[in-house]
Amino acid sequence: MSQQPATMTPAVNSVGEAALCQLNEFLTFRLGNEEYGIDILKVQEIRGYDNEAITQIANSPDFIKGVVNLRGIIVPIIDMRIKFRLGNAEYDQFTVVIILNVGGRVMGIVVDGVSDVISLDMDQVRPTPEFGSIIDTKYITGLGTINTRMLILVDIEKLMASEDMGLIDQSLN
Amino acid sequence: MSTDLEQFYEVFFEESSELLAEMEACLLGLDVNSPNIEDLNAIFRAAHSIKGGAGTFGFTDMTEMTHMLETLLDRLRKGELMVRSEMIDAFLRAGDVIKDQLAGHRGDGAADPIVVKEVCDDLQKFSEESSDAVIIDNRKDISSVVCLQAQEESSVAVETPLVEERLAGVMDEGPPPVLENVNQVVYQIEFSTTGLSNGSKDNLFFNLRQQGKVEVLTQSSGNEVCLLRLTTSMPEEDIWETLAFVVNPANLKIEKWTETEGFQDPSVYVSVAIDGAENLESIKEPKISSAKGPDNAQYGFFPGAPAAPPIENNDHPLSELTQSVNSTDQTNLVANSNLNAKAASSVETNSIRVSIGKVDQMINLVGELVITQAMLAQTTSEIDPVISEKLQGGMSQLERNTRDLQEAVMSIRMLPMSFVFSRYPRVVRDLAAKLNKKVELKTVGEGTELDKGLIEKIADPLTHLVRNSLDHGIELPEKRIAAGKLAKGTITLRAFQQGGSIVIEVGDDGAGLNREKILAKARERGLQVHDGMSDQEVWMLIFEPGFSTADRVTDVSGRGVGMDVVKRNIQSMGGRVEVNSVSGVGTRITIRLPLTLAILDGLSVTVGDQMFIVPLTYITESLQPSDNDIRTISGRGRVVQVRGEYLPVIALHEVFNIRPKSTEIKDGILVILDADGHKAAMLIDELVGQHQVVIKSLESNYRRVHGVSGATIMGDGKVALILDTTGLVMLTQ
Repeated sequence: MSQQPATMTPAVNSVGEAALCQLNEFLTFRLGNEEYGIDILKVQEIRGYDNEAITQIANSPDFIKGVVNLRGIIVPIIDMRIKFRLGNAEYDQFTVVIILNVGGRVMGIVVDGVSDVISLDMDQVRPTPEFGSIIDTKYITGLGTINTRMLILVDIEKLMASEDMGLIDQSLN
Repeated sequence: MSTDLEQFYEVFFEESSELLAEMEACLLGLDVNSPNIEDLNAIFRAAHSIKGGAGTFGFTDMTEMTHMLETLLDRLRKGELMVRSEMIDAFLRAGDVIKDQLAGHRGDGAADPIVVKEVCDDLQKFSEESSDAVIIDNRKDISSVVCLQAQEESSVAVETPLVEERLAGVMDEGPPPVLENVNQVVYQIEFSTTGLSNGSKDNLFFNLRQQGKVEVLTQSSGNEVCLLRLTTSMPEEDIWETLAFVVNPANLKIEKWTETEGFQDPSVYVSVAIDGAENLESIKEPKISSAKGPDNAQYGFFPGAPAAPPIENNDHPLSELTQSVNSTDQTNLVANSNLNAKAASSVETNSIRVSIGKVDQMINLVGELVITQAMLAQTTSEIDPVISEKLQGGMSQLERNTRDLQEAVMSIRMLPMSFVFSRYPRVVRDLAAKLNKKVELKTVGEGTELDKGLIEKIADPLTHLVRNSLDHGIELPEKRIAAGKLAKGTITLRAFQQGGSIVIEVGDDGAGLNREKILAKARERGLQVHDGMSDQEVWMLIFEPGFSTADRVTDVSGRGVGMDVVKRNIQSMGGRVEVNSVSGVGTRITIRLPLTLAILDGLSVTVGDQMFIVPLTYITESLQPSDNDIRTISGRGRVVQVRGEYLPVIALHEVFNIRPKSTEIKDGILVILDADGHKAAMLIDELVGQHQVVIKSLESNYRRVHGVSGATIMGDGKVALILDTTGLVMLTQ
């Protein structure tokens, strides 16, 4: 059922190996017109979006689509497009759910489509300029550049655990 | 070797705990006036097994304690001393001490040295007293004498006078204990006697004789090696433990006397057959071990036939012996193989220990399987039956099989109620003695099975209820007689299954609850009470927090959890408590629990397009209201009149912001909920059906959701939320 991402071999670079341990392979996905990248190691699987299977949770924010049964585990589904108001939250054949495994928790994010898995060297990552972006810059680890593409690299673990998302009872942390 | 032993610690702890429980059960069941020899033997065996294990692992405190127990028990079962109730008390206390010591070795808590000393002194005192007063007459068992004579004949020929003396000792000690197991095996035992005093040797011989028939094959006073032959039904590890207790295990060798060796030496064969005959006499259903052919068993009809001494054998094992003494490697090997044999034998028992995690994983997987099967069934039902006849057949078989599999897997977690009930005879006995009351405990339905998680949680509340019954329920004997009852009160513990729940009752034939007293206390405490309350409601007051009638506080009931905690504990398990009481006749407290923690009986209801599960335990009834049942209070809150009561209405669609089919109460269905005595009517669109659902946590990957206690996966693979009934009802209060 799970589509394994294309390549899993970590790109070991002789330069700055330690630093690259955290920054090597990224799963890229689209939200509206923007392209984002998240650490491939946080991704458990990618599934198609099936609105039928989702059970809504009452009184939850609109970006929380609800919960699904993922082989016996109850997994919340978050629509990132609604959360960050990027593009239209339309559900078509390209809409996918990326199942993340962050901090021992499993959750799914709805995105506009997964592009590919790419390796980035340190010199391809630019620091994030200070600007008022929708996603707080503290969750953005950098901007990756490949030819003309620009990837917004997100620390997905930090983001999902943040208070903004409200996914985790803060009292528990 | 000690590092190797550590892996067996856990097994030893488990085994010892079981043995202790068994010992306690036997002790409590023991009739002081006419003790059953089998019970005494069972207690002895339990103590002995613990001692053996503790000795192997080097837990000297436990060995000492069990040794004391053994000494006294041995005298009791040989009839040298009479069983007295003080002794039983001492035994029980000794059992507690061993339990503490065991806990100490496990790493939690420790035995109180003062208590240990006291118990030791008591046991010592009992075992020493009147040791000369009882005349020992052990020669009454003719068959054993015959056998021993044979043995004597056989051994005397080769033995030194010293050993002759010992053998005479064998006879004085009387017959070996009657063992239930007929599968006797002959072991050849070799060990080095270096560094053993005569006293410890005697002790060893004595211990071996407890286990079966001992034949000493070699013994010259100067010799460092002793060769024995032991005919016993005890497993090899028991003998090993007995010996390892005294002899350095590195110099110890135990071998099974194999059939082929027996054939080499026909005389030995005969002696084996005689053993079989002995058993034929002493046991009703003799089972002749496979080593003895049917022809050989016939020899057994001539028990008087002299067993020829196995003299010829002496040089043969001796050569073996010298080998093993010379080569320490070999002896180590033997020791290791013994350990392995021990591990293997624990596997051979009819139960295995599996971690709960594995079982839970299996339950989850089977749950998944059931869901997948349901989905497949749904899909295949859409196919034209003409085309898919075979497929349909296969599907129905799959359905049956998955259902059976699910039941079987669920039953793994189930334990019989006797796990809990077995501790109460002791509690009742101790407490009754303390309170000077005469109480009999009856347990019914110990075989009823309950989820392991619940079994563990129910024990404490149940203990409290039993203690309460004893302390407050059962009257003093004088009072009982005055009331025309038997002096001895009865507490009945009953467990049975009723539908999807397990019912546990704690009943007593005591004084019953006093309505006036409870009402008075409730008023004193400022609780909302009135005289028109039904008995049922009054009885429930005893579960109010801090509700205790001052004149009743004793150190017995002051201890532990209060009744409100009992109720809360039971509710946290998804259960309910009810009280029935008739003044002067008795009180019965009924606990209803779901079969397992992971499974909940629920009613599925829909609101709009969403499905919810309402735990069945909270539902009293559901009804379709008519317009004039509904009233509004100050234009906002709505109440509904049900059987004369006005209940607040919880409109689920409002709580969860769902668009319902209709907002009119009369178009929907009201489900009357009762949570902790607070009632409310929940408005929903439709009732769908009753299910047993597997509870899944919502919080493990998400957060707590108000009004929802968990989630479950329905037959179609969709998630349904389980309502937090208590939380919802409390909203209205």
